[in-house]
Amino acid sequence: MTTIAGERMPRHGVRIIAIWLVLTAIAVPLIVLVLGPHLPPPRMSAEAGSQRDANTLMTALLVPIALLVVVYFVYSFVFFRQSGEAILDGPPIKGHAGAQLLWIVLTSAIVLALAVWGSYTLIAGAHGAGGGQGPDPASKPTGYRNALPVQVIGQQWEWTFRYPTYGGIETRDLAIPDHTLVAFHVTSLDVTHSFWAYELGVKADAVPGVDNIAYVKARHTGLFQIRCAELCGLWHGHMSKKGRVLASGAFQSWIAAAKTKNAAIVKYLPKYNRVYFPAPLRRAG
Amino acid sequence: MSKAARALAVSAGVAFGVALIVYYIVSYLTVTPPGVAATGSKPRVHLTLQTVASYGNPPHADWVSYLARNPSGKWVHSTVLRVPSYSKVMVTIYQFDTATGLRNPFWGQPRGTIGGTMNVDGKTLNVLDPDLASHTFAIPDLGVSVPLKGVADDAKNQCSVAPCSLSEAHETVTFSFATGKPGKFRWQCFVPCAAGFPLGFGGPMQSVGWMDGYLMVQ
Amino acid sequence: MSATPIAPHRPVWRRLIGFNMLTGLALGIGGWFLGAWIGGQMAVGHDYLLGTDQNDVGLYMGYLFGVIGWLVGLGFANYPIGRLLGRPPTLRHHETGSWTRYFRLCTDHKVVGIQYLFGVGIFFFIGGLNAMLMRTELLRPVEQAWPAGQYLTLLSLHGTMMIMMTSAFILGPFGNYFVPIMIGARRMAFPRIEALTFWLVPAAGLILMSAIAFGGIATGWTGYAPLADEGRAGMDAYVMSFILIAISLTLVGLNLLATILTMRAPGMSWTRLPIFVWSVLATSILQVLAAPVLVAAMAMVLMDRAANTSFFLASAGGSQYLYENLFWFFGHPEVYILALPGFGIVLEMLPVFARKPLWGYRLAVAGMLGVTLLSFMVWQHHLFVSGMNGSLRPFYMLTTELISIPTGFIFLNAIGTLWRARIRFTVPMLFALAFFFNFLIGGLSGVFLSDVPSDVTTHGSYFVMAHFHYTIVGGLVFAFFGAVYYWLPKMLGITLNETLGKIHFWLFFVFFNLTFFPLFAAGFLDMPRRVSTYAPSLQGLNDFVSASAYVIGISMLIFVANLIWSLVFVREPAAENPWASRGLEWQVPTPVPVANFDRIPVITSGPYEYGVPNAPPVADLAPSALPAAGS
Repeated sequence: MTTIAGERMPRHGVRIIAIWLVLTAIAVPLIVLVLGPHLPPPRMSAEAGSQRDANTLMTALLVPIALLVVVYFVYSFVFFRQSGEAILDGPPIKGHAGAQLLWIVLTSAIVLALAVWGSYTLIAGAHGAGGGQGPDPASKPTGYRNALPVQVIGQQWEWTFRYPTYGGIETRDLAIPDHTLVAFHVTSLDVTHSFWAYELGVKADAVPGVDNIAYVKARHTGLFQIRCAELCGLWHGHMSKKGRVLASGAFQSWIAAAKTKNAAIVKYLPKYNRVYFPAPLRRAG
Repeated sequence: MSKAARALAVSAGVAFGVALIVYYIVSYLTVTPPGVAATGSKPRVHLTLQTVASYGNPPHADWVSYLARNPSGKWVHSTVLRVPSYSKVMVTIYQFDTATGLRNPFWGQPRGTIGGTMNVDGKTLNVLDPDLASHTFAIPDLGVSVPLKGVADDAKNQCSVAPCSLSEAHETVTFSFATGKPGKFRWQCFVPCAAGFPLGFGGPMQSVGWMDGYLMVQ
Repeated sequence: MSATPIAPHRPVWRRLIGFNMLTGLALGIGGWFLGAWIGGQMAVGHDYLLGTDQNDVGLYMGYLFGVIGWLVGLGFANYPIGRLLGRPPTLRHHETGSWTRYFRLCTDHKVVGIQYLFGVGIFFFIGGLNAMLMRTELLRPVEQAWPAGQYLTLLSLHGTMMIMMTSAFILGPFGNYFVPIMIGARRMAFPRIEALTFWLVPAAGLILMSAIAFGGIATGWTGYAPLADEGRAGMDAYVMSFILIAISLTLVGLNLLATILTMRAPGMSWTRLPIFVWSVLATSILQVLAAPVLVAAMAMVLMDRAANTSFFLASAGGSQYLYENLFWFFGHPEVYILALPGFGIVLEMLPVFARKPLWGYRLAVAGMLGVTLLSFMVWQHHLFVSGMNGSLRPFYMLTTELISIPTGFIFLNAIGTLWRARIRFTVPMLFALAFFFNFLIGGLSGVFLSDVPSDVTTHGSYFVMAHFHYTIVGGLVFAFFGAVYYWLPKMLGITLNETLGKIHFWLFFVFFNLTFFPLFAAGFLDMPRRVSTYAPSLQGLNDFVSASAYVIGISMLIFVANLIWSLVFVREPAAENPWASRGLEWQVPTPVPVANFDRIPVITSGPYEYGVPNAPPVADLAPSALPAAGS
C-alpha cells in the first residue's frame, strides 16, 4: 500500500494486472483449444490450414490486448467514479515518460512480430496462402511446375472452368483431385469478380485481361463452396455453386465424363489462353 | 407564432418530410413485373416466351427484352414466371431478335434440358454455332442453359415493336426441363445483347423484367 | 451584442424572395432541364448514347447546370459579379438577421456549422433508413422484400450516402463552428468558401438521391469499374455527387488548414492547441491530399460512360487496377478522415469529465500525425487478392500493421487520463467511453484483415463489413453523438433531455454491438458482402442482426424526438458552461456573438489544466493592449 497525502491508496495497478492475468489465463486456452478448431476456414487444404492457424494465433494474441483495455476501463469506472453534484478535480498527472516508452516499445514489438510472422507464412510457409498472386506469383510452392492448371473464368453471372491439360475442355462444374497441387488461373470475361473457394481457403479476384494465379493442395475429398466475393452486378449474390475434391481415380473418370458431356461445344471454344479479350467492347444494335 | 404553434408546425413538417422520403424510396423498391403463370397444370405445363430487339414502348423503347404469354394468350412484359414443382416444363421461345454472338462460346451447347437437346424450327440440335446466338435462356441453379438462334440479319419483315406477331420473321426454339422442389430461381441471358452499353451488359441485361427474371417454382 | 434583424417587420412571404435556398432549388431544377436539353443536343449522332435510352451526357450536363443554378440561386455569383461591376469589396453576408439566415448563403462560421449539423444529419438519417430497408430484405435467404436490382441500389445508396455525409460529419458542424472559437479567431480564413463547402453538400445529397429515378446504382459505394461503366444511368448521379463531395472536402480542408495555421490568437502555441483542433488539422491534411484523387477517378468513370473512352476496359487497353488504385489512394485516407476527428472529440471530452489534464498530450498529437502520414502508404491492402504484384504484399502488410502503433497512442492517452480520475458519467462521456470499446474491437479486427493469410478468407466478406462498421459507426458516429450532447448547449443554447439521452445511448450501444458482432461470424461462415441471397443456414443469425438493427433505428428516433422535444417544445436555456470545462469555446457567451470575441483573447494557459494548482484561466478575454473588435 502506498500513501498519498496521508491517505491510504489501494494499489490499482497491481489489482488490474492480477484481474487481467486471471482472465487471460482462462481466455487463451479456451481460444486455442475450444474456439480455434471452429475458426474458419475448415482445413480442407494446407493453405486453408495456414489461414486457420493465422486466425487462431491472432485471436489468442489480440483477445488479451482487448481484455487489458477493457479490464482497465471497467476497473476505472468502478474505482475512479465521482458521484454527486460537486465537480472535483483529479490529480494533475500530465504524463509519465516511462509508461509511454514502455507502451511504444510493447506495441511496436507486437506489431513488428506480427508483420514478420505474417510475411513468413505468406512467402515461405504457405506460399501465397491460397490468395491470388497475379500472373507472376512471388512465392511458388515446391513442384509448382507440375501443378494441375485449372482455369477459372468469371462472367456475368456464372463461373466456368477449363482444364488445359485435358484438351482444354470447359465445364460448368469444378472438380479437382486430392493431394495434388492445383494452380487456379482466375480470369474474367467482363467485369471484376472474385473467386472464393471457402473450404479450400482460396480467394483470387477475376480481373478481365489478367491471369491471377492461386495455388492450393487439397488434403481430403469432399465438397467445397464457391462464391463470388466482389460485387459484379445484378446476380452477384447468386454466383455460388459447389465444387468437389475427388480421389485421383474418381477425378480421371469425372473428367472423362465431362469431356463426353461437353463434347458438342469443343470445336467452337477458343484456343486455351491465359486471358481472353472477347469482342465486342460496345455493340451497335 | 406561439411556442405551441411553432412546435406543432415543426413536428408536422418533420413528419411530412419523413413520409415523403419513405414514399420515394419504397415506391422504387416495390416495383416488380407481374408474375406470369405457365399454362396447363402439374405435372406438365407450357411456357411461351418471345424476345424482341427493342421493346418499342416506354420506359425504354430501345431496350432488348423478353416477353411472356399469359394463360389467356396475351403477351405480358414480364420475366417473372410461375411454374409448378416436380413438373415437366415445355418451353417455346419465339426469337424475333437478330444474332449478337456469345461472349463465352461455351453456352452454345444446350444443357439441363430433357435429352440435352433443343428444337430449332423443327430440327433437333445439341449445339448451336455460338456466333448465331441471339440470347440464351439460362437458369443456372437448375442447370438449364439453352442458346437461342437469332433471326438472320437480312431477313425480311423484321419485327420492330413488341409484342411481335408470328407473321413477322422469327425462329422457334422449343425445349423442356424438369422442376424439382419449390423455390425462387434467377434466370438470365448470357449473350452481351444490350446494344450500345459497354461490354454489351448494361441496361436491360441487368434489369429484371428485360433480360433477367425469376422462375418461381411453386 | 445580440443579432439585430435587418427588417423585423417584413411578412414571411416577402422574406422567402431573394437569394436563398428556395431560389436555389428553383434555379437548380430549371438548370437541370436546361442542361439536359443541351446534353440532348450534344448526343445527337452518337448511337451509344441515344440507342440505349440512357443519355449520360444529358444527365451530366443536367447535373452541372443544376448545381450552377443552385449556387447562383443561393447568391454565390453576386459577389464576383458585383466586384466585376466595380462595387466595393464587402466581407460578410447575412450574418445577422432572423432564422432565414440558416437557409441562405451566410459567412458566419457558426451559422455554417449549424447548417452542416442539420443538413448532414438529414442525409445521415436517410442513409440509416436505407440500412433498415436492407436488413428487411436480409430477413430471408432469398430475395423476398425487394428484387435483386433494387437491393443493390439500396446498399449502394446506403454506403455512398453514409461515406459522403460522415466525411463531413465532424469537420462540417463542429470543425466550422468551434475551431475558430477554440483558437481565438473571429472567423474562418475564407468565409465565402466555407459557405460554398456546405451548400455543395445538399446538392450532392439530392443528386445522389436522384439515382433512384434513373435506374439506381449497382456498384456499392466503391463504384468499381468496369461495372460502373456498364451501370444504369443512376451511376451518373453517383459520379457527380462524389465529385461535388470531393470538391467540398478539399475546400473544407484548405480552409481549416489556413485558419489553424494563420489565425491562432496570441499565446495559442502549438502545445496549447486543443487536441480537437489538432485532429482537425490532421484530417484537413488528409482531405486536401486525398480528395482530389477521387475527383480524378470519378472524372475517368465519367469519360468512360459519357465519351466512350476506355480507361477501365481491358479489351480496349484499359485496366481496372487503375480505378482500384486511384480509388483506394483516396479511399484509405478517407477512412482516417472518418476516424481522426473522432479521436480528437473523445480526447477533448475525456479530460473535462475525468477532471484531469489530458495524459500524454504530445503523444496524442504524434499519434494523429503518425496516422496521417501512414494512411497514405497502406491502400493496397484492399487489393491483397486482386492479382497485384505479390512482392508488394509484405510491405503493405507491414505498413498496415504499423498504423496500429499511433492508433494505440490514443488508447494510452485515454488510459492515462482515466487513471485515478474523478469520472462523471454524463451522456457525452458515455459516448466517448463507448467509442473506445467499439474502436478497440474495430481496430483489432483490422489486424486480421491486414494479415494476408487471414485476409484471404475475410476479404470481401461480412467480416470486413463488420470491421468498418465498428470503426465508423462505433467510432465516428459515437463520437459525433458525444459531440452533439457535449456542444449543443453552446451551439443552440438549449439543453437536451438527459434521460432521453441516456436511453438513446444504452439502446444504441447495446444493440450496435448485438448487430455488428454477429456479422464477424457471418463473414467467417462465408457470407460475402453485398448479397441479397445467402446460405439458408445463416438465416437465424441474419434475423437476429436485423432485429437488433431495428432497435438501433428506434434509438435514433428517440434521439430525433429528444432533439425536437428539447429544441422546439421545452427550450430550456443552457448554462454558459454546463460542464465546467476549461475550453475557450465555453468561456464565450451563449449564444455566441457574431464576432465571437469583443477583443482577440490572449491565451494564457493550456485547455486541460484541471486540478493544476494555481493554473491561470485559459485566456484573457479582455486584454487591454490589443485593439477592439471591428477596428
